[in-house]
Amino acid sequence: MTYDSDILIVGGGLNGPALALPLAQKGFTVTVIDALPEKARKNAAFDGRAYAMALASVRLLDRIGIWSEVVDHAQPMNQIKASDGRAGEGPAPFFLQFDSAEIEEGPMGQMLEDRYLRRAFLEAMGKEKNITQIEDRVTAQEADASGITVTLESGKTLRTRLLVGCDGRESGTAQRAGIKRTGWDYGQTALVCAIAHEKPHHGIAHQFFMPPGPLAILPLPGNVSSIVWSETHANAAAINALPDAEYMEVLRPRFGDFLGEISLKGKRFAYPLKLTVANSFVADRLALIGDAAHGMHPIAGQGLNAGLRDVAALVDVIDHARQRGEDFASALVLARYQEWRRFDTHILALATDATNKLFSNDNPLLRAVRDIGMGAVGAMPGLRRTFLREAAGLTGELPELMR
Amino acid sequence: MTAAEPNVDTVDTSEVAKFEAMAAEWWDPTGKFKPLHLMNPCRLDYITRQIAGEFDRDLSQPKPFAGLRLLDIGCGGGLLSEPMTRLGATVVGADAAAGNIPVARIHAEQSGLEIDYRHTTAEALAEAGEQFDVVLNMEVVEHVADPLAYLTACRQLLKPRGLHICSTLNRNPKSFAMAIVGAEYVMRWLPKGTHDWRKFITPDELYKLLSEAGLQPVDRKGFVFNPVSWQWRISDRDLSVNYVTASIKPA
Repeated sequence: MTYDSDILIVGGGLNGPALALPLAQKGFTVTVIDALPEKARKNAAFDGRAYAMALASVRLLDRIGIWSEVVDHAQPMNQIKASDGRAGEGPAPFFLQFDSAEIEEGPMGQMLEDRYLRRAFLEAMGKEKNITQIEDRVTAQEADASGITVTLESGKTLRTRLLVGCDGRESGTAQRAGIKRTGWDYGQTALVCAIAHEKPHHGIAHQFFMPPGPLAILPLPGNVSSIVWSETHANAAAINALPDAEYMEVLRPRFGDFLGEISLKGKRFAYPLKLTVANSFVADRLALIGDAAHGMHPIAGQGLNAGLRDVAALVDVIDHARQRGEDFASALVLARYQEWRRFDTHILALATDATNKLFSNDNPLLRAVRDIGMGAVGAMPGLRRTFLREAAGLTGELPELMR
Repeated sequence: MTAAEPNVDTVDTSEVAKFEAMAAEWWDPTGKFKPLHLMNPCRLDYITRQIAGEFDRDLSQPKPFAGLRLLDIGCGGGLLSEPMTRLGATVVGADAAAGNIPVARIHAEQSGLEIDYRHTTAEALAEAGEQFDVVLNMEVVEHVADPLAYLTACRQLLKPRGLHICSTLNRNPKSFAMAIVGAEYVMRWLPKGTHDWRKFITPDELYKLLSEAGLQPVDRKGFVFNPVSWQWRISDRDLSVNYVTASIKPA
């Protein structure tokens, strides 16, 4: 019984490499398959996409040798200010302020552009002798008692002990295994872009909860911030169709003038906000991570952070299993990964959904409740610290790579 | 040792199908042997750390137990024999129940592992002069008629400085409530009558028996089930129901 590699990862985006690296470093042989040529993935220019990386995610990147490669491009987030506001009115009187000085772990997160993270991952994978990268597409997969065989578009077949699907919310790996998904539409689209501004942001992230949906302003290095601007599908489509100058005219009153004059920097993106959770995160000889397991509302930059939590949990589970001599891709072992991650995922999905529903509402009564609630949370340091630790990804049972 | 050992190579296909089904049952995490699977990671953690410590092996390396000869007494479907083989040990799996042997063999073959499974007893192996670096004696001693004679055979099976790991059940009101009433009657994890509480052994009694058998006890820990997390863990202090010991054969 021979295997081409111990683990085969479908998807070379962010979670795929984040999983491949620690596994390879622990001595597993890993194959990463992505249809997109490596060059196209590596040489991306500035496009405005950025991630709010929780402290736990930064720790993971540090452990696997990636953080030192991107730290010069990262912007620490020292504060998160959340406030209730309506376009043109500015923030409501009560607003919630989270300050990293209140938790001992340092900045509560780091902002990092997508292109730097991608490049660092690809370079690190290229240097790792236990990783093989293949540019191809999976067309079929078949599990048996001791492994799983994957057929590629090129006609080649590869046999592995464990197949991991990191192939996004429409995961073919999950579909081929017959795993169905449950999903719902938030009725909103997120408009994403980078904004240059006159005044420095001092590392402060802002989240304005407004009736059409939240607007997050996240600090990038220099006088630049990344925004995640949520609107109803119809509004978003109309705004997105506007030329840049008019797009900015719509944004300005929502954004406010606290950072001085603002202008568009880079490309504009639009992502419909849909939650989609795989009904199972595992099947025979197969595990799903990241959006393939749970495509989440990016209301607090939790998509990548949740994916990296999957990575850390899966590495923990299979490495411990191997050290015990267990078959690390057996149903017994994969069930531990699923149990660990499903609970966290459901909590987070429910929490982001509830937060969004509560805040995306113009009912005056709800608005009052929100304002009082925010004032109350702000007045209680203990509760505030709990929120802060949750946002930094430091709650729940932490895998080794994130401790 | 009267029952003939069934040979997988010569039995008819309906027999093979039966053994395959039984192997699947042994290894089904939600099936009949679920309680064993639930406990197994905890048992393996203890065993692997003790072996690594005693023989100075690094568990983060591939095949850390290479060169060690290990005996798994009461191997059943191979829940311990397979992991030990994967870690590089040369394993003999022994079971007094003849039916377990072909089942364990079939599963090992499906897993691509070479394991020497035998229908025999510790006493018979000792008589034949077999020698091992490690003897695993997990949840067996509470079932034997003469624990001292049995543990003496275990000692004889060890090379000097060899490691003997023995787990069993404590004897007190709590273990009666948990292991008999809880596991056999309430949870139905085990068939009624699996255990005779009177044959359970306290940790002090086991230490004494091990010493009388010529072994030197060096460690004891509890296996504790947490009904909230639904997981077993190793405890330094709570040996009140399930517990495990490590002992060494003096040089």
